[in-house]
Amino acid sequence: MSNASSGAPASVEADAGGGQYLTFQSAGEAFGVAIAVVKEIIQFGAVTQVPLVPAFIRGVINLRGAVVPVIDLNLRFSRGQSVPGKKTCIVIVETEQDGGRQDIGIMVDAVSEVVEIPEADMAPPPRFGAGVRADFIRRVGKVGGRFVMIIDVPKALSVETMAGLDFTASAEAA
Amino acid sequence: MASRKASGNPEAEQIAAALATFHAEAGDLLNQVEDLLESLASAPGDRETLNALFRCAHTIKGSAGLFGLDAIVAFTHHVETLLDELRAGRVAFDGPLANLLLKSFDHARVLLDASRGQGTAPDDSGLVAELVARSAVGAGRLPAGRPGAGAGNAPPETSTGHGGPWHLSVRFGEAVYRSGSDPLVILRYLRDGGGVAWVELLEHAVGPLESQDPEACALGAEVLIEGADVPRRIDEAFEFVGDCVALRLLPPERGAEDMAYLRRDLADDLARAERIIAASLAHRPPAPTRQEAGEEAGPRRLVVRADDFQAIKVRADRLDQLINLVGEMVIVGSTAQALARASGSGHLLEINQQLGRLLEEVRNSALQLRMVQIGDSFYRFRRVVREIGADLGKDVEVVLSGTDTELDKTVIERIGDPLMHLVRNALDHGLETPADRRAAGKPEKGKLMLSAWHESGSIVIEVADDGRGLRRDKVLARAIERGLVERGAQLTDEQVVDLLFQPGFSTAEKITNLSGRGVGMDVVRRNIEELRGSVRMTSVEGEGTRVLIRLPLTLAIIEGFLVRCGQTHFVLPLDLVRECVSLDPVEAHGLSSGSTAWVDLRGEVLPVVDLQQAFATGESGQRRRSIVVVRDGNGPAGIVVDQLLGEFQTVIKPLGALFRGLKGLAGSTILGTGEVALIIDVPALLALATHGVPATDSAGRGAREMATIGAGSAPVH
Repeated sequence: MSNASSGAPASVEADAGGGQYLTFQSAGEAFGVAIAVVKEIIQFGAVTQVPLVPAFIRGVINLRGAVVPVIDLNLRFSRGQSVPGKKTCIVIVETEQDGGRQDIGIMVDAVSEVVEIPEADMAPPPRFGAGVRADFIRRVGKVGGRFVMIIDVPKALSVETMAGLDFTASAEAA
Repeated sequence: MASRKASGNPEAEQIAAALATFHAEAGDLLNQVEDLLESLASAPGDRETLNALFRCAHTIKGSAGLFGLDAIVAFTHHVETLLDELRAGRVAFDGPLANLLLKSFDHARVLLDASRGQGTAPDDSGLVAELVARSAVGAGRLPAGRPGAGAGNAPPETSTGHGGPWHLSVRFGEAVYRSGSDPLVILRYLRDGGGVAWVELLEHAVGPLESQDPEACALGAEVLIEGADVPRRIDEAFEFVGDCVALRLLPPERGAEDMAYLRRDLADDLARAERIIAASLAHRPPAPTRQEAGEEAGPRRLVVRADDFQAIKVRADRLDQLINLVGEMVIVGSTAQALARASGSGHLLEINQQLGRLLEEVRNSALQLRMVQIGDSFYRFRRVVREIGADLGKDVEVVLSGTDTELDKTVIERIGDPLMHLVRNALDHGLETPADRRAAGKPEKGKLMLSAWHESGSIVIEVADDGRGLRRDKVLARAIERGLVERGAQLTDEQVVDLLFQPGFSTAEKITNLSGRGVGMDVVRRNIEELRGSVRMTSVEGEGTRVLIRLPLTLAIIEGFLVRCGQTHFVLPLDLVRECVSLDPVEAHGLSSGSTAWVDLRGEVLPVVDLQQAFATGESGQRRRSIVVVRDGNGPAGIVVDQLLGEFQTVIKPLGALFRGLKGLAGSTILGTGEVALIIDVPALLALATHGVPATDSAGRGAREMATIGAGSAPVH
């Protein structure tokens, strides 16, 4: 699919229609992100905790010399905290916000596969009942009889929103 | 794709970028001008200086022309004309002229500012009239427009030439007019240097009037010129035309065969070519068969301005990227070295050590690239002092030294405001009026000294004046009035000086528009501490005041002290660390109850903050914990950590936008193991411990800024 493989960063259009998606598991659910925004996938490890930040910011890692924040997807979606296991991975996605590029790592339970989801198999997200915040889901795709929730990367991983949270307060709450 | 930012108008962006470069360059040139005028005053008629001045005016005019900034072009043209007259010795340099030029360049600066929407350009007709009047003194004596007419007044140096005249062929490029140059001016300049025996203008390339582009130059000239040092003079004359002109210079001994190119150039008019060759040869002695260093067989092609560029401009972000990469290499290198040690292979270890050394050198060279001379930021103070001094009725001379001292660009950019504040303070409070100085038996002209030098891995900047100095009793009285000290308290001189750095302190009896508004030295100190520097003031009453600022050479690297707390490694800036003591849990008061507590350090109360609690790092089970004693602007404090790991020099990595609201951390760094360590913003951490929140709201803004440049501590503006 031309629009997915064009290497565009997480723009609004990039994951709007059908195309290639990287799917992964998080707390038993299947999620997907447009392959175009995925930079790489690395094994979970050596995450440095950063004090006084919301719990969903798991910490920072050294990605070949760059310090990249890691988001716990489960906590970001207001579910329980992820427990690192053997298959836990960090999916590095490139987002474009505030006029600059920002790499963000998403901590997921396991990476599944890259699938092609045609536009016809896409549905709008359910208004509720998906078990995650509906506004973080862009579409729901159907893959082999199973549903894959396509993450709205610019919204779910908005630096603006995540950094705007009062760090001190949420740290104490967490 | 709508999200692409640069999708707007690339051309407009390019022009905007070029315009920004022009403004920066023009600003640089105007700074130079002040310096040049200063040296011209001490050595009037110095060729180098005059040429440099002319070059400044010319470059500004030329570049402004490219951007269609007509007001600047029109004005600088007059300045350029006057400078040209000056350069040619037709106008004498004197005090009023110096002032006129100074005023003119000041005006050029105003025009520049106006051209990017800062203020409006005032009427300059008076200034222009003055410039024209001064230029006319010189120009009036000489008829313009006939190159070659001046051959008669060639100075006697003509005869000292060796071997007769040189033949110069000039082909002006199309772009000559557009670059703001005038062939006539150049030829006249050459003529005025003396020794021009004969000039023939080649106009054959000029097309019919209706088809000729009036902005495209199509002229050429054949010039016969004699005298000493002809190549240098020609270099000078064509210096400003850049590569818009092609030159061929034939040494006197070159014969007809070397002039064959003329027949090519004048293919349409061979008779004329022959005539020129014959005329040229007639003036020159027949070529002796002397085989002079066979290196140059053909006509000599002068490379104009080739060595003029000793510096190249590089975008700062490219440098940053390079420095980042080098920093990574150093980190990976140290990991490799650890692996080599573990492997026990002598060869591997040796090669890794060599590599490590090289990497270290590469890193130092890379950091050098960001270093710029402090001179440029010093020069502008001349002007500031002149203006403010005039306002205050004070006669002050600025003495600069160590202007070539280099330090990190970021540091230079951020030291400007504190320096400005100190300079203004010196003018306002330190230096006296001429009458007061006379009464005190001092020369009427006050002195303000700005110096910079390197000292053991840091840079020291000194702002000193020979004014009245600090008046201890006045400072004390004000401090008592402000409730900063108790009446009757015995203070050392050092403590008295320290009072000045307290927030809200100001000794000015009347509030001026310069200083004395109470945002004073405390802000200066904060700004400097933000750059991981320190400031110290000494003063002798009646003799003057010295302020010494000590700054790290770069913000890209930190000399750190590595500690561990919980599972996380933290780095404290080493220059804030005073000592380390072990924590005696029995002696620590209130450590378990909250994040703040105090211990008894050799009889003094030392407030301590437990990193475990402040940063919720979690228990590590470490039995023996330690206190790192640090010192910020508010005195000593202790930070309790689990383990001390020692000194550590490292490259600072910004934490990024996500953490911009985060208080207490100044950035991060990568350890040899590849693990990320966090750099503690000590003043912010202590403020957090003291107040629960940073001292003021703006601290958050400071922290954000810090995160992007990756250093410093929370400022309070």
